[in-house]
Amino acid sequence: MASDPSRSETAERLRHLLETEGEIVRPRASEDNARREAAYDELANLEALRADARAIKEDAIDRLPELIETVREVVEENGGTVYVADDAADANAYVADVVDAVDADGRSDHDRPSVVKSKSMTTEEIDLNDALEREGVDVYETDLGEWVIQVADESPSHIVGPAMHLSRERIAELLREEFDPDVEFETAADLTAFARDYLGERIREADVGITGANFVVADSGTITLVTNEGNARKCAVTPDTHVAVAGIEKLIPSIEDLEPFVNLIARSATGQPISQYVTMLTPPTESPSLEFDGPDADEPITASDGESDREFHLVLLDNGRTAMREDDQLRETLYCIRCGACSNACVNFQSVGGHGFGGETYSGGIATGWEAGLHGQDAAAEFNDLCTGCTRCVDACPVEIDIPWINTVVRDRINRGKDPGTYDFLVDGLTPDAESGSGVPLDKRFFGNVGTVAKLASATAPLSNWLAGTGPVRALLERTIGIDRRRDLPVFQRQSLVDWFEANGGAEASRRRARVGTALEREAVLYPDVYTNYVDVARGKATVRTLEALGVPVSVPSLPESGRAALSQGMIATADRRASELYGELAADIDAGRDVVVIEPSDLAAFRREYERLLPEASFERLRSNSYEICEYVYGLLENGADVGALSTADGDEPIAYHSHCQQRTLDLEAPTTAVLERCGYTPETTGSECCGMAGSFGYKREYYDVSVDAGEQLAEELEGSERVVASGTSCSDQLETLLERPVPHPIEVLGPDR
Amino acid sequence: MTTDTIGRFERSLAALEVTSEVVPASAASERIGAAVDDPAVGTALPFEGVSLPDAVTAEPTPTELEDAVTGVTPAAFAVAEHGTVAIGSSERGEEPVSLYPDRHVAVVAGSDVVADLGDGFDRLLEGDSRGRGSVVFATGRSATADMGGLVHGVHGPGEGHVVVLEDR
Ligand code: SF4
Repeated sequence: MASDPSRSETAERLRHLLETEGEIVRPRASEDNARREAAYDELANLEALRADARAIKEDAIDRLPELIETVREVVEENGGTVYVADDAADANAYVADVVDAVDADGRSDHDRPSVVKSKSMTTEEIDLNDALEREGVDVYETDLGEWVIQVADESPSHIVGPAMHLSRERIAELLREEFDPDVEFETAADLTAFARDYLGERIREADVGITGANFVVADSGTITLVTNEGNARKCAVTPDTHVAVAGIEKLIPSIEDLEPFVNLIARSATGQPISQYVTMLTPPTESPSLEFDGPDADEPITASDGESDREFHLVLLDNGRTAMREDDQLRETLYCIRCGACSNACVNFQSVGGHGFGGETYSGGIATGWEAGLHGQDAAAEFNDLCTGCTRCVDACPVEIDIPWINTVVRDRINRGKDPGTYDFLVDGLTPDAESGSGVPLDKRFFGNVGTVAKLASATAPLSNWLAGTGPVRALLERTIGIDRRRDLPVFQRQSLVDWFEANGGAEASRRRARVGTALEREAVLYPDVYTNYVDVARGKATVRTLEALGVPVSVPSLPESGRAALSQGMIATADRRASELYGELAADIDAGRDVVVIEPSDLAAFRREYERLLPEASFERLRSNSYEICEYVYGLLENGADVGALSTADGDEPIAYHSHCQQRTLDLEAPTTAVLERCGYTPETTGSECCGMAGSFGYKREYYDVSVDAGEQLAEELEGSERVVASGTSCSDQLETLLERPVPHPIEVLGPDR
Repeated sequence: MTTDTIGRFERSLAALEVTSEVVPASAASERIGAAVDDPAVGTALPFEGVSLPDAVTAEPTPTELEDAVTGVTPAAFAVAEHGTVAIGSSERGEEPVSLYPDRHVAVVAGSDVVADLGDGFDRLLEGDSRGRGSVVFATGRSATADMGGLVHGVHGPGEGHVVVLEDR
């Protein structure tokens, strides 16, 4: 398990990034995210395009070996060369040989051969620049962001915007130190003009141009480059030797398959409808290569008359991708088109940037898949926990990758790779879970089994609450399972929701109480999630009253945990077992035609999303189609004739601020809540797209406390002026209550009839 | 194609701050001349009755290309939806001429303006090259935000003008 010093080191590192790079990254990433959302909204057929893009990638990865052979034949037929490199060293050695051969032919006009490059994450992955420089080659990045990073000798902090963490002032300072220019050097326009001139000269002199590729069309050998600056075009066509380096996953079958990607990639990356330059280059091209020096400089460029002396090399990089393709859980990562949308959408990425939320090469949520696949599981261990599973990235991804799931799987694998910790007996004593003795760290097992903990704490309340609030216990909790002592702990109720319901006559009595108004002939089972059952009992009671007032009898059985908590800790085996148990207990109710009503959005999200991977298909379908979020359910009842007068209504324009929940949004369940609030006479104002930062156990953990509060403060600022604030998620309420210092109930507590 | 498509194309260009005009082939040469800033270079225009004005150096040398302020090239077709011009890549040098100078003047036949990206892809597949040629979809002016603010004209042109031939 993570020892205390490593926790405080992580906390320290993240706090530093919050205050430095995060300050710069947040506005930029969140603006890109907002632009991406707007650009998606403009597309009437967005979902069809995403599905198409996804299907093309699935098919391409499925047929990858065949596509590699096809592209090899075609490129060779066109007059180029294809080299499939096993790993970084292999790829670097090949490229170095190509440059060397150009030099040896006397085609280089300088003492040292020179290479110009356009932006390519794949060459970052293999550290190509370092490898070439070691061979005595001058390498110049020509994408402005990438060039700044090269000058600063840093690594990219974002897949698309490598210098996203650097302010204009910092860039000016860096360039001033390096070049000591005698021109005006303040504005973005000054800096860009300087870069254009300096790099323009490097391109005109270069011996070899190296590009990446956004897509490689197998049956034509076409390299597609999607850019805004124009440097990739220049690098590809100015020198007579062009090397394109691309991961093997960039292959798509044919040119028709490009269309959905061209439609999506600029929108998802930067919110533009299309990028400035979508270059479809089938090299070696007939376009004349350009000699700006020597005798050819004064010969017309058309003089060669189509006699091309161009040389083209396509380097296809494996470097672990074949193994990823064979891994059922990591395969999906290969569909990634590296647009960065998942980073921009991520609240933790916005807070700390890609140097915090990222590995050696890649950053953001999908980096977990890439780093684990390419550099090994441990490469992802450092940052993987920053994915809280909020799912905000899921709707952003143009190829529908389940990024949170990849994070869950890798977390599970990392957990299992660890030695069982010394404190395991503590959790073992509480509950033998499927992860017992497997090396899963204690803190993860504690949070993953939070239901058992809550049950015990409730049974011993108020003693447990009092005890948990004392200094020595907080210190112990911080040392053993890493709960930050600054975080308020939940206050456990002595009487759980299930007990309260039973004490009030159970299902029998509910049936009597529900005999009001229109008979809707529906019955509901309320799922008592851990927090509703033991902590936020009030929202459970409000739900029972609401449903009964609308004519729906309720039962509140004691049910197993959904497995959501276990999943967020990467304990898939435990979650799997919980899902089966829970489904087993609910099956009879579903058979009897009862609706399953859920208050906590993250539990409903488990039913509707993750259970697809945990339950047999038919069971998943039945639970999914018979379970409802509480406000979604109330909305349905009202639509079907239930009497809105039975609820607590306002006078028509009472303002109320509503903070949805990340998963609530992904499931498209924000709208029903606002609709119900409106029908009940409120004027709901929904919060912007930011997450509360709490994300279940995340905000409790010592190493992430500051990151969590940083995100929460953005949201709290937005809500400061609102008198009345409601939130759907327990963690959101907790976070907001702490920061706003006033109660933040669930909407159902406002809507439920007074009793 | 239809006037409507050309209208849409012009509106998309205007939104990208690229100027445009629709002219008969007979007036094209003169209009191109008026649209270039000197020194200008260009590649042969394949439209009947349209040639590069004298002020534009055809078949430039690399030195002339480097010094040029304007580059004139034909566009194989254009996409109204986005204001995109499709620049082919041939031995005539459309690619460097449309890319190096700070101002690009593209000339396109009215009948080659297609409605949307889907039609644009159809055009790629229809041609002789059947998707095996090289083409750039160029939309608006070269841009970057990497230096801490949006700037146009980075490695590619910072200004654009499109001449649409209404009778070609
Ligand atoms: S995972 Fe999806 S959203 Fe993230 S970079 Fe890849 S394609 Fe873009």
